[in-house]
Formats: sequence, structure tokens, C-alpha cells
Amino acid sequence: MSLLRVNNLSMRFGGILALNQVSFEVQPGSISALIGPNGAGKTTVFNCVTGFYKATEGHIDLDDNGRHTDLVKVLGERFRVGDFFNPKAFGDRLYYKALGGSHRVAQAGVARTFQNIRLFREMTVLENLLVAQHNQLDRNIIHGVLNTRRYRRSEKQALETAMHWLEIVDLGPDANRLAGELPYGHQRRLEIARSMCTSPCLICLDEPAAGLNPRETGELSRLIRTLRDEHKVTVLLIEHDMGLVMEISEHIVVLDYGQVIAAGDPKTIEADPKVLAAYLGTEEEEGHE
Amino acid sequence: MLGTAHDNPKVAALKEALLSAAITFLVMAPISGIVLKGYAFEADFTVPVYAALIVFVLRLAILLLEQNETGRKILVRLSPSKGGGVTVAKPGGVPWLRFILPLLFIAGLVLPFFLGKYWLTVVILAMIYVLLGLGLNIVVGLAGLLDLGFVAFYAVGAYMFALGSQYWGLGFWTALPLAAATAALFGGMLGFPVLRMHGDYLAIVTLGFGEIIRLVLNNWTSFTGGPNGVSAPNPTLFNLEFSRSAKIEGNIPFHEFFGIPYDSSLKYLFIYMVLFLVVCAMIYFVNRLRLMPMGRAWEALREDEIACRSMGINHVTVKLSAFMMGAMTGGIGGVFFAAYQGFVNPSSFTFFESALILAIVVLGGMGSVVGVIIAALVLTILPEALRDFADYRVLIFGILMVVMMIWKPRGLIRIHRPYFRVKGGKA
Ligand SMILES: Nc1ncnc2c1ncn2[C@@H]1O[C@H](COP(=O)(O)OP(=O)(O)O)[C@@H](O)[C@H]1O
Ligand SMILES: [Mg+2]
Repeated sequence: MSLLRVNNLSMRFGGILALNQVSFEVQPGSISALIGPNGAGKTTVFNCVTGFYKATEGHIDLDDNGRHTDLVKVLGERFRVGDFFNPKAFGDRLYYKALGGSHRVAQAGVARTFQNIRLFREMTVLENLLVAQHNQLDRNIIHGVLNTRRYRRSEKQALETAMHWLEIVDLGPDANRLAGELPYGHQRRLEIARSMCTSPCLICLDEPAAGLNPRETGELSRLIRTLRDEHKVTVLLIEHDMGLVMEISEHIVVLDYGQVIAAGDPKTIEADPKVLAAYLGTEEEEGHE
Repeated sequence: MLGTAHDNPKVAALKEALLSAAITFLVMAPISGIVLKGYAFEADFTVPVYAALIVFVLRLAILLLEQNETGRKILVRLSPSKGGGVTVAKPGGVPWLRFILPLLFIAGLVLPFFLGKYWLTVVILAMIYVLLGLGLNIVVGLAGLLDLGFVAFYAVGAYMFALGSQYWGLGFWTALPLAAATAALFGGMLGFPVLRMHGDYLAIVTLGFGEIIRLVLNNWTSFTGGPNGVSAPNPTLFNLEFSRSAKIEGNIPFHEFFGIPYDSSLKYLFIYMVLFLVVCAMIYFVNRLRLMPMGRAWEALREDEIACRSMGINHVTVKLSAFMMGAMTGGIGGVFFAAYQGFVNPSSFTFFESALILAIVVLGGMGSVVGVIIAALVLTILPEALRDFADYRVLIFGILMVVMMIWKPRGLIRIHRPYFRVKGGKA
């Protein structure tokens, strides 16, 4: 059973149809890539999957080890006429309307990074990672103020997890620096470490290699492999660096003008004339020759 | 600049300062040099002349300082601070802090015994503003929510005590937690629908809420006494009253119980002590909060709300917790204010109060506890010390704000992020 199922997803911004009936699946334990020219709607897909946009139409479902989450429902939907005759559905929808939102998606196990890095710039690197573990910590105010043993244990555990991830992304020495002071490449890695601290089942990376030099890109591809192989997390990434995409991903979905034009393993995609056409801007007819 | 190349630099400086003074005079003369008297204008150039003189002296001083090494160093120290207002604390913290803090605490406890009644009341008022500043600091400084109607919660607290004692016979000690809870409840009711929207809405809604509360208190004459206000009872300590004779049957006045002569400042002494302890507890609380998951989440929300949501933090409830915590502190401040004044009416809760509290937080350096305390003390005690200039209070206040925004836009005190000691901090 696939981990993430996106079904007939459409997203409309006023007159623009940014996504048109997009469907794809992500298998658990895979590295999948979403590619396409600029403006194809890749980031929009991410924003719908992670709950930052409410899809105009379509379904997004997450199945993590038998735990099913409807990623559209948890955002809080409009009431339908039927709800007024069905108290259970009404209660459900009211609950998610009041308390739902993109944080629910994250709690279900979907983590993400952003195309333009979003760190807590004026907090330290460690604090960034501690905030990410918010939901796993002892948040009781009284425990915190009295500094009880349980609270101390929870904080110590969080600090250890944070340090563990810092070592993995090679940022150990930067632990007590402000996140905004770090060099660009480090910030990218810190953002990945931060989203991993939420212990997700699926991590969505939006152009993780953008702005990195070739050496850093090489390190990144090793890091992404480590995430999947050692930390058992499924990776879905958007990337423009074709070398990187072809090297690490097992499944590729190609988007153009908000539509899926091809999907498959790297070999098939590389040979697909429609993909070439979309990337090189040649006419569709020429691609068919 | 006027002078030729072979001018003595000192002479050149003098010339430039004179030019600045002349420009100042020309600008100021029509603005404040012409006074309306009856139906006629009268030229009175004292203010422009003074202004020109001040500009002359300052400009000359700066130019002369620029001409030698020590002077330049002084200027650099005085110039606007650049870069971020945030640094990471040093490992191990500040070593002398563990000696300073107990000293300050004891000094705070014995201070009122050296003050006359008048200064005691001034210091109490200053402490109330410290408390309010700390409360608003949670909302504006830590969580980054602009609250322009903070005074509403202050009013709720004050009226809770005054009306509570009038209608239900509430005492000071019952009113304290009750006012805190009521103010927090009001904060929650106001915050829940608004906090899910974009930040600017909150500023407008809170501004409106502050005015609504004031107008209700003003116009609901049958319940709140309207503009005439309500009187608030004196606080008690284990049923000992701080008045000349007991107001409530069975209570004994404090001075009779201890066999000391009656002194009207006893009441203020008592309020000061309780308030001081509450403020200390609040300082401790806020400092702890910054290290706790909740405080971290507030600051993270201020930094980047979208990133927070992507990590599973419910931004509405986290913001709500900050908003309610701030409201609660405002409510507690209100009870002390009512007890201290012995009387409350709506004119104490105008928008100007909200602006003053906000100024305390901004001047102090958003999020810095020490900065807020210093700013609160300065902004409340200074006007008392400068009573002769009372007419210019708001003007000076405005100038101070502008100067601060240029000189230290991030506030008086730099924020220090906590330093975490970690084992094996190497890759
Ligand atoms: N919030 C928005 N409002 C309006 N239009 C948007 C919004 N977000 C994305 N779009 C539009 O959707 C299309 C796809 O954008 P995006 O998903 O960012 O592309 P990319 O594949 O480069 O990440 C673009 O035409 C863009 O203008
Ligand atoms: Mg994009």
C-alpha cells in the first residue's frame, strides 16, 4: 500500500488553474522526485500535501503503517448540506474547523523544508531543533516552572535528539550559534535536520540543492540516502538538478502546466519525449516524431 | 565646508556649527517664534534662539570630537547600534549574577522603609507598570502579537476587585486569582477568533476591544458607577485591616493588633511588599518560560509562523496561551492598581495607557526582561521627578521614542539566547 496517495488534485488561484487533476503515489521507503519546469506547480503540490493550501478539489491520503489520515479533512472543510442531518459528520467537521489546520498534517507525520529557507533566524541552532520537538516534550507549565524530574528528563532527551541530528548533518560545532548567522549551505542542512526532529514518516524537500555548490550537492545526496536507509523515512523531493534527481530517486513524477505529463523510474523518464519537450520548450509535435 | 582648504580645522568646525545654528533659527522662527496673543501675532524669538544655541553647541561638539582619536571613539560608542540585537549568552552565564540577584532582592524589600509616603506611592505605580510591561512583553515581545488594547485587561482586573467587593464582598486575596482568571478568560474569548487571522487584524481588534471596555465601564452607570467610578476596599492581611478603624465587623486594624501607632503609609507598605513579591515571581516565571517548550514556541512563532505550523505546532493555541498569559498579568496589575488608588474610574484606562505600556516594551527591547524593567521604571519615575515639565510630558515621550528608534532600534537591552552545554559537541 502506498504511503501517500494524491488523487485528482486541483488547485485554483482566482483565474489560474495551478494544478489540474494531479494524481500520483509515493511508496513507503522510497525516494521520489517531483520535477518540472519553473511555474509548473511543484511547490503548489507540496503546499497542498503539507496543508498550507486547501485544495480546490481532490483527495490526499496518508497511510503510515496502517494509520490512515485524510490530509484534506484535517484542515477543516466547509459544511455540506448532509452534515446537518448527520450529527457525527457535523461534529467531525466542526472539530477540524475549530482545531484543524496544517499542524495536523505535520502531526500525522509529514515534514517539509521550504524553497526559500525558513529558519528561526534569531534563535540558536539547538533551539531550532528543540522547537521542532515541541509535540514530543513535557509541555506542562507547572512541571517546567518547578523544574521537576520528568520535565528535566524530557528536555535532556530533546537536547540529545537535537545533538544526534546535528552530528548527522555535520553541524555539531554550530550548535550554539544563531541560525541566521550560518552560511547558506549549513542553513539548508539545518532545515532538513529540523524537519527530521519532528520524527516524520514522509519528508518533503523543496529544492534542497538550490544554491549549493557541487561538493555540497554531493553531500546532500548522501544525506538524503542516509535519511531513507538508516532513518526509515520516505523522501519526496522537488529538484532542478537532474544529475541529483536521476542519481537518487526511484520514482519520478513530471509536472508541466499543473498536469502530470509522465511518471516512472529515471530510465523511462529520461527517454520520454514529452519530458524532453517540456524541458527544452520544443513543440509537442516535434517530440512525437 | 564653508571654509577654504587652508582654514584651520577648528575654525572650519566653528563656521559649520554657526551655519547649522542659522538654519535651525530660520526653520524654527516661523514655527515657534510667532505667538498668537489675543487677535494679534507677536514675535517672541526665545524658543528659536535656544534651539539654535543647542544645535550650535551639539554640532560644534561633534565636529571637534571628530578631529581627534579619543573623540572618535566616544562618537562610535554613542552612534546607533548596527546589526542584530541578538547574541548567544556566554557559556556558564554571568558569574556575578548569583550575588547581585539576592542583593537586589533584599534592597527591594528594605527600600520602602527609606521612602516617604509620596515616593512610596510613586514606586508602587512604577512596579505596577513593571508588572504590566512584563505581561505585555509576553504578548508583544515573545509571541510577536501586537496588542494595542492591553489596558482592557488591566481595567478588567481593577474593576473585578472594586465591583467584586461592592457586590459580592470579595476581599483583596480572593480578587487576585479571580481577576487573573477573568482577565485571561476575556483574553481567550477575544483571541480565539482573531488569532487565526493575519497579525494586523489583531492590532485593530485589540485597539477596539480596549475602547469598548472603557466605554462600557463609562456608560453602564447602574452597574459600574460610570464616570464616577467605584471605590475599592483596602487590602487585608489575615483579616487585619490597614485602616484607622476596622470596616468589617470582627476585623482588627493592623496597627492595633501590633500595638503600633496608626500610619497611613502602612497600607502602601503592605501593597508594595505583596506587589514586589508578585513582580519577582513574574520575573522568575518569564525567565523560566523562555527556556520551556511553551516560551520557545512563542518565540518561534514570532520568528516564522509558517515554519512553526510545518512542525506540527498549533499556532492558534500557542498564540492564545501567550495572549491569555499576558491578559492574566494585566488583570493582576489591575487589582493592585485598584487597591493602591482605593478607587477606580474609566479615565485611568485610556488608550494612552496602552501606548505607554507598549512603549515600555519597545524601549526595553522586545523580549528582554531586564530591558522592560528598566524602561518601566524610567518611564514612570522620570515624569514624577520632572513634575515641573509636566506640560511637555507627551512631547518628551515622543522625542524619546524617535531618538530610541534611531539610536537603538532593537531596544535598550540586547536579547541573549540561552546557551546549551552539550557533551561531545564536535562532529
Ligand atoms: N499563492 C498563490 N497565489 C496565486 N498564484 C499562485 C500562488 N502560488 C502559486 N501560484 C501560481 O501557481 C503556479 C505554480 O507555481 P509553483 O507551484 O510555485 O511552481 P514551481 O513548480 O516553480 O514550484 C504559478 O503560475 C504561480 O504563479
Ligand atoms: Mg517552487
